[in-house]
Amino acid sequence: MEYQGKCVFNGIAIGRIAIYDKGDGAVKQTTITDTAAEVARFESAKEEAKSQLAKLYEKALVEVGEVNAAILEVHQMMLDDLDYIESITNMIESQKVNAEYAVSCTGENFAEMFASMDDDYMKARAADVKDISTRVIGVLTGRGNGGINSDEPVILLADDLAPSETVQLDKSKVLGFVTRFGSSNSHTAILARTMNIPALSSVDFPSDCNGKMGIVDGNKGILIIDPPMSVIDEYHKKFDEQQAQRKLLQELKDKEDITLDGKTIHLYANIGGVGDVASVLENGATGIGLFRSEFLYLESSTYPSEEEQFKAYKTVAENMAGKKVVIRTLDIGADKQVDYFDLAKEENPAMGYRAIRICLDRVHVFKTQLRALYRASYYGNISIMFPMIISEKEVIRIKEIIAEVKSELKAEGVPYKDCEIGIMIETPAAVMLAEELGKYVDFFSVGTNDLTQYTLAIDRQNAALDNIYDSHHPALMKMLQMIVDGGHKSGCWVGICGELGADTTLTSEFLKMGFDELSVSPSMVLKVRAKIRETDVSKL
Amino acid sequence: MTEIKYVIKDEMGIHARPAGELVKACAGFPCKIMISKDGKAMDAKRIMGVMSLGVKCGQEIVMTFDGENEAEAASTIAAFLEEKL
Repeated sequence: MEYQGKCVFNGIAIGRIAIYDKGDGAVKQTTITDTAAEVARFESAKEEAKSQLAKLYEKALVEVGEVNAAILEVHQMMLDDLDYIESITNMIESQKVNAEYAVSCTGENFAEMFASMDDDYMKARAADVKDISTRVIGVLTGRGNGGINSDEPVILLADDLAPSETVQLDKSKVLGFVTRFGSSNSHTAILARTMNIPALSSVDFPSDCNGKMGIVDGNKGILIIDPPMSVIDEYHKKFDEQQAQRKLLQELKDKEDITLDGKTIHLYANIGGVGDVASVLENGATGIGLFRSEFLYLESSTYPSEEEQFKAYKTVAENMAGKKVVIRTLDIGADKQVDYFDLAKEENPAMGYRAIRICLDRVHVFKTQLRALYRASYYGNISIMFPMIISEKEVIRIKEIIAEVKSELKAEGVPYKDCEIGIMIETPAAVMLAEELGKYVDFFSVGTNDLTQYTLAIDRQNAALDNIYDSHHPALMKMLQMIVDGGHKSGCWVGICGELGADTTLTSEFLKMGFDELSVSPSMVLKVRAKIRETDVSKL
Repeated sequence: MTEIKYVIKDEMGIHARPAGELVKACAGFPCKIMISKDGKAMDAKRIMGVMSLGVKCGQEIVMTFDGENEAEAASTIAAFLEEKL
């Protein structure tokens, strides 16, 4: 039987199915006589639960990072909450019930309070209260906290897994995760990613499948229960292929981007949103060469605030932990339209009112973004890049505005760093002026898609021209060389962030031309790295 | 008694983690600290109560400080709110 779900992390797992044992079996109510002793029993169980959580927190720090581990710290504080404790001790003292029962009832009451709130996030906190109560009960009964009842590695099925549950799992026993709910349970997702095993959510699996054979296909988002032998064989083959491919790429993940004859080049990744950072790191890119800031504008129904932008930039800078992050300022217009910008319809938008042209015209929009960028610069290694440049005049104006932004921030006492600034080279005009433009900035990055269409005068949206749209056109190759030479003369580093950067048939050519950086989509990083490492520039 | 008002800027509102941090920060002061939203007041040193207010982005909270070191507590918590929430 096949069960469709949502893919949380890809990959294939084959093995026995085990349904997660929550360890929260029914709690019996008994009458006690020595209430003081019962309260003391609760107090010591609570302390034990807290020390378990403290240990889990340390473990989670390593496995999923500080931000995701923080919930376990919150759990410890919840256990110390006086309202919670008083409710339990009151019940024990006034109703003369056992500690297990008092904890269970109080947990239910608090969980209900959260579940009844009109806020989805807070509703989900009901699970936290139940989770800490289950832990205390587990200590009181000596039953422990549940887990996997199997000696061999299994495909783990659960309604949902609480953060504390995912952390305390014996990872060597898990082949894959399948949950019935909790698509947003980022803990399972993060864990699956760090463990590199498949995970599905929203799978409505039958509850009587414990111990049966199963297959998780994280690529298709399906769980197969009791597959016939032929399907198992087929998946074993797929699994072996996947492992071989992963092994090859893993070997390259932490390797340097250096040619056989010792020439190094920076290999960065292109991203379009905060959530892409994980794949940048997973694929071993050593920085972000193009962070398109458009998503902030495209996903919003009004101009994104300085605060919203600041948060997004800061998050990426922090997550990249000191590695370079090149953020491109807004590139709206042409094929990317946003209603609230209220742009007039144009005959030829690719050559129209877009990108830096809008920014230099609507300076307040530009300044909001620059303020957010400079504020975020304090938290990492941010470089700022400006698109669609055609003249020195534009760069001079940009630098004036940057100076204003910096002096404002300084006056307000807001910390910032002096970031590197650079420009996209994507117009023939910028190519011709490379050396002159380079005097004003620290780096160039070539936008090959636009440069190709402007150079060849071929609209890249027009399918009828596909057969003559040649991204390897000799005119372009000559231009790339001019850009490198012009940039280097003016002391700039020069990179490529367009699609051509990932074209491995040109990698050795780029190295020969003298490019300092290539920025490609995360999934292409390791393939380009493999190519760089087998190239010998001296023999080209 | 010292009182401060603050409008939450964090998109998530006072969710679990900042609620924990706020409670921790408040617990460090001897004075009585209350947090209220729309007239409903809770002890700011108790995390479940703070979370149960369900404060969202854009909503205003009022915090009162009463007793020993109240001025220092108010300014420390005001700075905390400004930075984290």
